[in-house]
Amino acid sequence: MSVRFEPITGRYMHLELFGKEHRIYVEEAGQGTPLFCLHTAGADGRQYRALMNDARVTANHRVIAFDMPWHGKSSPPSGWHNEEYQLTSAHYTSMILEIMSALELDRPIVMGCSIGGRIALHLALDHPERFRAIIGLQAGAHVDPYYDLNFLHRPDVHGGEVAAAIVSGLVGPDAPDGERWETLWHYMQGGPGVFKGDLYFYKIDGDIRDRVAEIDTRRCPLFLLSGEYDYSCLPEESLAVAGSIKGSEVTIMKGLGHFPMSENPQEFSKYLLPVLEKIGRRSLNAKLSHRD
Amino acid sequence: MVETLQQLVNADTALVRRGRYLTTTFLLQIGAAAWLIAIFEGRIVSVTPGPFVMPSSSFALRAEAEAWEKFCQHRPPPGSNDLMALIKRRALKAEGDLQVFMANLRYFKEALGKLRQGAGA
Repeated sequence: MSVRFEPITGRYMHLELFGKEHRIYVEEAGQGTPLFCLHTAGADGRQYRALMNDARVTANHRVIAFDMPWHGKSSPPSGWHNEEYQLTSAHYTSMILEIMSALELDRPIVMGCSIGGRIALHLALDHPERFRAIIGLQAGAHVDPYYDLNFLHRPDVHGGEVAAAIVSGLVGPDAPDGERWETLWHYMQGGPGVFKGDLYFYKIDGDIRDRVAEIDTRRCPLFLLSGEYDYSCLPEESLAVAGSIKGSEVTIMKGLGHFPMSENPQEFSKYLLPVLEKIGRRSLNAKLSHRD
Repeated sequence: MVETLQQLVNADTALVRRGRYLTTTFLLQIGAAAWLIAIFEGRIVSVTPGPFVMPSSSFALRAEAEAWEKFCQHRPPPGSNDLMALIKRRALKAEGDLQVFMANLRYFKEALGKLRQGAGA
């Protein structure tokens, strides 16, 4: 019987973040321009698995995804059992920059979805010089809570079941069953209170409405891709963000939901590949004009 | 239409199994019409149409008729494809003891999804 291995390698990185020792799981595949991927709230880097298996991407991109502390195969820091996990903009930003530095990534493309899309906007604003280009998936400047977040972490409601049930409708109608339920499985596997702690950033701390228009795309190109069926970050919210940022490019992805790279990789690639090509051309042009 | 829920849900053995710890009565209101839906260990035992004088239920889901009609389309438009989508748009109100609703959210989404055109049993 023959078996097949995916071209993905995973490693555990030990580094200090916020004064504490952390063990971070990092996966990667491919070679070339680094494409640094950020997962959604309450999930992990497995959401980018299809991308790492797509030879059209990995032929000239080194695709990297890490599991945030508390998520996936990354551990929470020692002492977690007495803490309430809450993700803040400051911690999220420095975690991304520190891990990038530790991996010695030179001006990667950063692509984040949902909370990852939101922090991508923060990065575009505060650290544009660190990136070649920024791709925000399901990126809006703010989301108001639309259900009582306390239901995500209480003993009489199963955290994994409720997290998956809450987000299940955010998957677009055309997602293949396998990918749809794999995406939801990631949610079912989240640790207690982790999804809720991520949403602290998404719905409270990470509100960037009053600053988003200051993003300067001359310092770093910004691309927004948003699924038509996402009611967490509505297409009109991504359009509004794009409308307020000169030079940004936005595309609404038909039939897709909140987890494009994970729920329907095949469809998503139709939107992502042209963006990667454009970024590649821009980098090449910039290099050539620099040489002149 | 809502009366068909009993047969549609009970015919789905996987759904009934997932609801085996669920025993409750909830109220569904669509426009001016209302139903009390009684569930015993995952099986719907009765769907009682209103009007009611003093309906007792653990929680209530109340939607405008137009919003519910869109939810029931074979391929609902964005914003109408899920109970949480309706709740976010304030097109559906969930009231009462919502612990029962949230602890069994997948069950309620899939059960009410049976009312969608072409969903079948």
